Amino acid sequence: MSAALDIKPYVDVRDRGGSAQPMLIVRDLKRHFRVKGAGKGAVVRAVDGISFTLFKGETLGVVGESGCGKSTLARVLLHLVEPDSGELVFDGDAVAAPDGISVAELRRQVQMVFQDSYSSLNPRMPVQDSVAFGPMVNGRSKSESRRLAQEILIKVGLRPDLFGPRYPHELSGGQKQRVNIARALAMNPRMVILDEAVSALDKSVEAQVLNLLRELKRTLNLTYLFISHDLNVVRYISDRVLVMYLGQVVELGPASLVFSEARHPYTQALLGSRLSMDARQRVDAPPLVGDPPSPINPPSGCRFRTRCPNAEGVCEAKMPELGAWDGRDSHVAACHMQDPASGHSKAGLH
Amino acid sequence: MSDQAILSAPGAAAEYDSAPATKVRGYWQSVAYRLSHDWITLIFGAVVLVIILIAVFAPLLAPFDPYAQSIVGRLKPMGWRGHPLGTDELGRDMLSRLIYGGRISLIMGLAPVAIAVMIGGTLGVIGGFAGKVANTAIMRTMDVFYAFPSILLAVAISGAMGGGIFNGIISLSLVFIPAMCRVAETATSQVKNLDYIEAARASGAGTFAIIRHHVLGNVLGPVFIYASSLVSVSILLASGLSFLGLGVQPPEPDWGLMLSTLRQSIYVDPLGCAMPGIAIFITSICFNLVSDGVRAAMDVRI
Ligand SMILES: Nc1ncnc2c1ncn2[C@@H]1O[C@H](COP(=O)(O)OP(=O)(O)O)[C@@H](O)[C@H]1O
Ligand SMILES: [Mg+2]
Repeated sequence: MSAALDIKPYVDVRDRGGSAQPMLIVRDLKRHFRVKGAGKGAVVRAVDGISFTLFKGETLGVVGESGCGKSTLARVLLHLVEPDSGELVFDGDAVAAPDGISVAELRRQVQMVFQDSYSSLNPRMPVQDSVAFGPMVNGRSKSESRRLAQEILIKVGLRPDLFGPRYPHELSGGQKQRVNIARALAMNPRMVILDEAVSALDKSVEAQVLNLLRELKRTLNLTYLFISHDLNVVRYISDRVLVMYLGQVVELGPASLVFSEARHPYTQALLGSRLSMDARQRVDAPPLVGDPPSPINPPSGCRFRTRCPNAEGVCEAKMPELGAWDGRDSHVAACHMQDPASGHSKAGLH
Repeated sequence: MSDQAILSAPGAAAEYDSAPATKVRGYWQSVAYRLSHDWITLIFGAVVLVIILIAVFAPLLAPFDPYAQSIVGRLKPMGWRGHPLGTDELGRDMLSRLIYGGRISLIMGLAPVAIAVMIGGTLGVIGGFAGKVANTAIMRTMDVFYAFPSILLAVAISGAMGGGIFNGIISLSLVFIPAMCRVAETATSQVKNLDYIEAARASGAGTFAIIRHHVLGNVLGPVFIYASSLVSVSILLASGLSFLGLGVQPPEPDWGLMLSTLRQSIYVDPLGCAMPGIAIFITSICFNLVSDGVRAAMDVRI
């Protein structure tokens, strides 16, 4: 533990609802994209009716194959992409509603960290200016913003005098990702959305950055929405896990339960196809075969049925519901086999 | 040293062993460094500088009044009565006219490009950053002009507006604006969707702040490179207009115009007739080579 990091007591004047009020409630969020050249009115159902609750102080992991809508979900949550429909409630206030919280205010409290790529930092800007940019456009003076940036660079483990004046191309991937984290933290957010934040890093660097994120979360009382296609990473950092398939939630529950007793065949298949060094972690499920179907014309009924070993007539006829969940311990899956009344022959076996 | 780089912050570990305190060099510093090692560009840059100095100090350097005519001293050879390069078809001193002509050529080379950078560049950044409707409106309008070959467009606009330096500058600006707009638009829309722009939006920055801090720096490079290549084109087009009688009007000492009026004497005084052409050639090729050198120096993958 370093003297540079002081642990704040758990009081935040911005905490309006108290610790029982979820940080974020998402209800039936939808965002479709029009696509050209795929017939009239064709749309990609990138986010197609997603609901979940993010509790204060937790890390909710979001997993799913590439293209299932994870990044779109992240962008819609910050209104970087406008939602078509659905409801967002941030700490008890409806987002962008007349009597709720404005998008601008939401963005002061929720920040985003992108995947380290050539485009995550402005190549023409010294990284300390990139970190100072947020505070500066929010009304702080130039010198104050720069001082703040230096403090935050220390928090993410970069010496400001050494790394601050550098340009992104003079930093390693892990260092750049620390800068990206610093940039988000410079806004003093309460919640951070991390979209594939460690996916481009080497394994050893990845572990360092994950540990840094955990530490920062503890010392700064943050809440994370951690998006990744890597199950091992999600398992390492998450308290709860949300599994996405073609724009929908297929399973949601505590990380330990989702990884040990996955309920949805898709989650089971994902676990079955991951590489694991630890034999105990291997799951006896057939690994995932084939590519996900096109999100433009998703299959009727259950979207996973075309790749599911247990698909039956009811799966084609009816879309399964995720079911009701109430607290942090709820574990639900959108599968007919979970519902004894569905008519699926294997229903209720779990 | 490297141990110093590691703060005892969480997660900071062995990664920093590989982070020596290298000398930090910014983008423009690295461009300057590359340029300082490019001899060809330096030499031709020096020639450009000399041409500019000659133009600026023309009144001090010209041995005669460039407008003073002499009926007896027409089309005289080099060295005739103290005229180092002889005289033209109206007996005016050739060297003095060439020196003053450089002024007009430089103005005609730089002014339209500067105007096009300001107007076309602004329109391009707006078009690139704005939504679909504004973009379509701006870019399709530009395409209308873009459809004509530049010399044809310059001739048409000059013909409609009449001759003179001012109208010449306006017509050449109009020729360059669409292309400049397109370069700025392309560069802008390339950075517009990058993650750091999105991150800037997420931190609450307005469009103006984003353009100023995150877009302009990335657009200026391509715009500057393209603009520098247009200077020689502008000089050539302006000479062409003058040659056709659409640009600079007599008795101004303009190289293109001199070429046009001396043309009748090509069999009497071929060398004198070629001189303005040589001046145009040297100036435009020097600008061109400097532009190439700058382009190469700025094309750093970072
Ligand atoms: N701006 C957009 N316009 C059209 N389609 C988009 C856009 N953004 C994302 N998509 C589509 O939405 C789907 C989900 O993409 P994305 O959210 O990036 O997935 P993920 O992050 O899980 O890989 C993909 O099929 C993608 O092609
Ligand atoms: Mg993504």
